Amino acid sequence: MKFTLSWLKQHLETDASLEEISARLTMLGLEVEGIDNPADRLKGFVVGHVLEADKHPNADRLKLCKVDAGGTVLQVVCGAPNARAGLKVILAQPGVVIPVTGEPLKKGKVRDVESQAMMCSWRELLIGEDHDGIVELPADAPVGAALADVLDLDPVIEIAITPNRADCLGVRGVARDLAASGLGRLKPLDTAPVPGRFPSPIAVALDFPPEAAAACPLFVGRVIRGVKNGESPAWLKDRLTAIGLRPISALVDITNYVTHDLARPLHVFDTACLRGATLTARLARTGESLAALNGKTYALTDDMTVIADAAGPDAIAGIMGGEATGCTEATTTLFLEAAWFDPVRTATTGRKLDILSDARFRFERGVDPAFVRDGAEIATRLILEICGGEASELVVAGAEPAWRKSIAFRPARVAALGGIAVAPERQADILRGLGCAVEGHGDSLTVAPPAWRADLGGEHDLVEEIIRINGYDLLPATPLPRPSMPRPLLTPGQRRASFVRRQLAARGMVETVTWSFLPARQAALFVPETLAEADKAALLAGLTLANPISADLDCMRPSLIANLAAAAGRNADRGQKDLALFEIGPQFDGPEPGQQRAVAAGLRAGRAVPRHWAEKSRAVDAFDAKADLLAAIAAAGANPDSFQVTAGGPAWYHPGRSGSLKLGNKVAGFFGELHPAVLAALDVKGPLAAFELFLEALPAAKAKATKARPLLKSSALQAVDRDFAFVVDRDVSADTLVRAARNADKQLVAGVTVFDLYEGPHVGEGRKSLALQVSLQPQDKTFTDAEIEAISARIVAAVVKATGGSLRG
Amino acid sequence: MIDLDQVRAEAQTSIAAAASLEALEALRVSLLGKKGSISLLMKSLGDMGPEERKAAGQQLNLVKDAVAAALDGRKADLERAALEERLARERIDVTLPARPEAEGRIHPIAQVMDEMTAIFAQMGFSVAEGPDIEDDFHNFTALNIPLEHPARQMHDTFYFGARDDGSRHLLRTHTSPVQIRTMLASKPPIRIIAPGRTYRCDSDMTHTPMFHQIEGLVIDKATHMGHLKGCLMEFVTTFFEVEEVPVRFRPSFFPFTEPSAEVDIGCSRQGGELKIGKGSGWLEIGGSGMVHPNVLKACGLDPDEYQGFAFGMGVERMAMLKYGIPDLRTFFESDLRWLKHYGFLPLDVPTLSGGLTR
Repeated sequence: MKFTLSWLKQHLETDASLEEISARLTMLGLEVEGIDNPADRLKGFVVGHVLEADKHPNADRLKLCKVDAGGTVLQVVCGAPNARAGLKVILAQPGVVIPVTGEPLKKGKVRDVESQAMMCSWRELLIGEDHDGIVELPADAPVGAALADVLDLDPVIEIAITPNRADCLGVRGVARDLAASGLGRLKPLDTAPVPGRFPSPIAVALDFPPEAAAACPLFVGRVIRGVKNGESPAWLKDRLTAIGLRPISALVDITNYVTHDLARPLHVFDTACLRGATLTARLARTGESLAALNGKTYALTDDMTVIADAAGPDAIAGIMGGEATGCTEATTTLFLEAAWFDPVRTATTGRKLDILSDARFRFERGVDPAFVRDGAEIATRLILEICGGEASELVVAGAEPAWRKSIAFRPARVAALGGIAVAPERQADILRGLGCAVEGHGDSLTVAPPAWRADLGGEHDLVEEIIRINGYDLLPATPLPRPSMPRPLLTPGQRRASFVRRQLAARGMVETVTWSFLPARQAALFVPETLAEADKAALLAGLTLANPISADLDCMRPSLIANLAAAAGRNADRGQKDLALFEIGPQFDGPEPGQQRAVAAGLRAGRAVPRHWAEKSRAVDAFDAKADLLAAIAAAGANPDSFQVTAGGPAWYHPGRSGSLKLGNKVAGFFGELHPAVLAALDVKGPLAAFELFLEALPAAKAKATKARPLLKSSALQAVDRDFAFVVDRDVSADTLVRAARNADKQLVAGVTVFDLYEGPHVGEGRKSLALQVSLQPQDKTFTDAEIEAISARIVAAVVKATGGSLRG
Repeated sequence: MIDLDQVRAEAQTSIAAAASLEALEALRVSLLGKKGSISLLMKSLGDMGPEERKAAGQQLNLVKDAVAAALDGRKADLERAALEERLARERIDVTLPARPEAEGRIHPIAQVMDEMTAIFAQMGFSVAEGPDIEDDFHNFTALNIPLEHPARQMHDTFYFGARDDGSRHLLRTHTSPVQIRTMLASKPPIRIIAPGRTYRCDSDMTHTPMFHQIEGLVIDKATHMGHLKGCLMEFVTTFFEVEEVPVRFRPSFFPFTEPSAEVDIGCSRQGGELKIGKGSGWLEIGGSGMVHPNVLKACGLDPDEYQGFAFGMGVERMAMLKYGIPDLRTFFESDLRWLKHYGFLPLDVPTLSGGLTR
């Protein structure tokens, strides 16, 4: 919403400066988005008086002038044809910034003669386009005065209007708020009826089915004949131009002006183009269409309100008029329409037809229902003043829609809800200043908001009005009462995510945040393969957005891995091939709220050990991902040893180089190298090793009464390590050996680690050798050799029994 | 009689000449070993008479002690030399790089959320969560945004396809639905913050289709707008970790609050550099207000009994302002260089006692 300062002052009597007005507007909730003040560009320009204008000694077309700058006389070289003695001119001296170039003026020599200043054209000041010559100021302009003080400059103010403030979509509403806040006085508005000289030859009618009666409860209008629709007067054109509207013709300009001045949209029809003697507000009929003023033709449906004559629709009510019946320069008789259209229906129609117009913008937010006739009278008067002619009597169909409300208001609520004490008399004054009628006194008042404030519906709205006009800056900041000592407030799940995050970062992984979306074709690679094809398709359809921002971001991610892999690919393209990324965020398992899981997912790419003089470089593999996953589980407070590791993961992992971690039947995570075919589909080079941990699948930590730890039981006796190598079939899992060794004597076997794996000619095709280091813990006395022999034999027997292998000789 | 002085002198000469620990050991054996020359002399004492033996024994012991001392001295010299030689041999090039260790980072969004949580926890707020996919009720209707309300046009909402009953789910456009879920699930007094992902169908220099918000909600019987101002003033001053951050409340409109306020913080812009704190400028950081009676009613709370405030802020915006990150879109590009530059070390756990930021 834009207006000029002088326009505002047409409604507001005030001595306040532009700065004061601007600051107050913002603090009233009418946020100033910008002020274009031409005076800001004219700093340093002064009025000059040309004393002499002689020919330049070295150039025929140039003049050498003596100019009085207000005390000092300067020598100025000028090429303008109209430079002559006696002229009052706009003078810029070196250092003054010339708006058209944005550069400060430099002292110069023109054809060997010094020029000590410049005389300016309008265009050089970015005021108008006139560049025919230098500006000729009025003869009485005081020499040496600042130009900004001499010119009648009108700053343009642009404010943002929140959707509730329909009343401020007209300059008068803005003035009313300022006046209510004490920044001046609202001037009276002349709404006196214009006497009709003749009965209106065109009648108005409402024709709605009962269920749509609210679409247009009131329709007024009149014929004005004998008008001359020419160019608008300068003041009107200037105002419209200042707020970015293009002047078209006086009649059109007047309706636009009243729209922006009083938030009262109007329409004018050329009666010569109307068919029949009645204009009817009614619902459109299916099949009807309208060629609108914007040059487009709209197909109308039976839920849209139109203004129609005998031949069909002439305007889409409250949105836009028709091309065929609009006023032109040739118009001599017009019909002025002022009506009240239902906000919801106007909004719906506007959205369906995709028409943005100043009228729609106002009607859908709510136009003053009690100002329909007044608006028509004011517009009539303007038309008669500017275009001449005579007005008919007003024709009226329907009645003002019900808008009167009465709100029970307790002044004490201002302090209780707003947190600031405002004296009851001041509260009443503020409400009255906004146009409310206030009755009663004491603890409970009855407040009737004005017709233009449909947004005031309850007590809380009045509280806001009072503290708003009183000033939000006066609200006392009150500390929130708080517990004397804060207690831990994070849920176990939140703490767990936080520990996992910092553990993964401590392991050298870099946290990232990727989109919750991904391309649907990629999502298809990450749906559970256990689903039937039809269910997969249904899941993907459910996760797909109806209105994605782009085809690449059209589906909710069923796994975090695709986006992490894509991120690895992008980094590789930039030369960052070795990386370790992780993300903690949602994956989507279905289209319903809550069908999402918190996942910690990580991915390593390139070399796990970079090239280094002392280290052997190697590529990332499944065991890097496994280590990350187990570390994350431990950080989350769960015991990694309590999970079963089974071979294989979902379809996006390498089937032979991936694993799943389960707790009973519950899958807690996956790890492994990503499937080469999936990488190819994602256009990312492998190998990539990744893991996914479903945070909510981890068992809840047991609640403990105290934070005390169990007593440390450390044996004084040193543990004994024994090594065993077994030859087993290649398919036998290392886990089988480890568990068998551990279970051979649960009391004495304190730990089992795999320290060597060999496959090759020494053990034969399809076989492998696994070497275990078993740590034996003596209980109450050191082992004898015989005891160690006996335990070792039990371990060997247990492993051989579990694997069908043999001790390697 | 053997000349003991000569024995001693010869022994000392050969000890001094021993070039290695091995040679010295051989020498020790040949002198003092079981069959060593001095040991044999000691044995020969047994053949002497008592008087003679006593005198010779004393003499011989002197020689033996001297030889032993010489052997020990030489041994220490040789060991010292050997150690020096070894140390010289073991010299390394200390300018070679140490073994590589990867250094991880925490994303600025997670870090800033942790900072915010630390501050609001101090004020007694707990952390609530809600789903990213929402229904119309929680995202709009319960928040006093009816279907035809112009405010719905302020949100560019991502919708899913129509469901069997014709309704459409959507991606939450703000974290405010968590307010609704919290009020429906628990009884006042309520103090929560709700950080999380939010989505709007918008993408340009300053908008991304996904971003993060943090929501705050306080509901009880006495909390008023002055508390809202106090709460947010304490928050911004603590969060930005500068001496004083002026806070300005500006009237505004949100369907779910009344009265409503935009929250601005003070800043200065000098030489193109933005500084948070006392200055001539203002920066908008979020919206706030007293929870609208219709919202309370939608959650089954009596607005004549309960009241409170709500606020919402953009997490990325707060991170950008605090840490001078210039471009919103870079938060989601996963550019390793950016993540390492703007990310935080895992040890940087924000606390109020230790300071939020190093």
